[in-house]
Amino acid sequence: MHEMSIAESVLQIIEDTARAEGCARVKAVWLEIGQLAGVEKESLRFCFDVVTRDSIARDARLEIIETAGQGWCLECACNVAVTARYEPCPNCGSFQIEVTGGDEMRVKELEVE
Amino acid sequence: MCMTCGCGMGQTLIAGHALQKPRKPGEALRFRVHEEGATHAQPHDHTHVHAPAHDTIDFGAGPAGAHAPGMSQSRMVRIERDILSKNNGYADQNRRYFSAHGIFALNLVSSPGSGKTTLLVKTVAALNGTPPLAVIEGDQQTDNDAARIRAAGAPALQINTGKGCHLDAHMVGQAMQQLGLQDDSLLLIENVGNLVCPAGFDLGEAHKVVIFSVTEGEDKPLKYPDMFRAADLMLLSKCDLLPHLDFDADLAVANAHRVHPGIRVIRVSASSGAGMAEWLAWITTACRNAVVSKRRVAEALPE
Repeated sequence: MHEMSIAESVLQIIEDTARAEGCARVKAVWLEIGQLAGVEKESLRFCFDVVTRDSIARDARLEIIETAGQGWCLECACNVAVTARYEPCPNCGSFQIEVTGGDEMRVKELEVE
Repeated sequence: MCMTCGCGMGQTLIAGHALQKPRKPGEALRFRVHEEGATHAQPHDHTHVHAPAHDTIDFGAGPAGAHAPGMSQSRMVRIERDILSKNNGYADQNRRYFSAHGIFALNLVSSPGSGKTTLLVKTVAALNGTPPLAVIEGDQQTDNDAARIRAAGAPALQINTGKGCHLDAHMVGQAMQQLGLQDDSLLLIENVGNLVCPAGFDLGEAHKVVIFSVTEGEDKPLKYPDMFRAADLMLLSKCDLLPHLDFDADLAVANAHRVHPGIRVIRVSASSGAGMAEWLAWITTACRNAVVSKRRVAEALPE
């Protein structure tokens, strides 16, 4: 459900940037969403279309770059891939994993004119 | 400024004077054809071609400042901004306010029906004004919860989120102003009953506290890992019901530790009072620490 708030925050960032850059239209938006960010991509696409209606970003293309989850296993002291927060370390089976990447949500780039 | 579109507003001074105010919505658009020989006070940065000013079409007037056959004047802007940066900015403001005023703030999260409000009512009664406390209640609709807290003797403000599924830092900032928080007090924020969305929204609190009742499933931390990851304390609530249930409390705690190895767990029952002393001691210690750190910061700052 909070994909709607996320889409609104994205639109705010777009509008702030468009104002600062003095552009008339936003044609494409690149988001970087981590695998562990807890965001449903399809839901975010739907919400993005809804909130950008009648805005500077109407009809803008939404590109979502998904980044992989990463963690640091405290037991075997190595970097491991994390696909979900409750998964054990693929090397040693420990759950003592600190997530180090893949939980970000960023607006990376805009194509404007 | 260009009289046709008002472009270039806000950046330029002409002979030391600011430009005219931008056109307000609904105000008539003034249109004046550029006079022969007149020049713009500044370079253009818009793409449309002006009304018949000169016999010129300027392909270099777009944002890109250049033109290639068949290509539009679009360009890329790198931003690299966190999507929740606006919320996080408000949360930082709230946090600074709390720390400057010695306020210890908790964000209580859980699924609906875990017993958050009952636990709060008992907490309000047990603390009995020491430290002074206030409650912010978040629900989609009704002010039933705030009324229950007020009846228990603490000031409470209800936020109705309407269609929203979580509180955000801006809502809490406004509620703080209305409540008029006391210095050196405790602020309990009861979030909307939802184990998903509130995990991502920082309100400026010291800790998220997740309440997990024994009438739910032991695997709740595995099903909703983000929330158990975000919380620093888990209250396993309704523990008085354990003898009547087929619920493995140790498994539930192990699952929470699987998702968040460092999470602290207190087993409580608001109705029997079991575990309440430990929860209250945790709160009062943290409140004292908030006051001490406020004084330290105030002493470290020059008058």
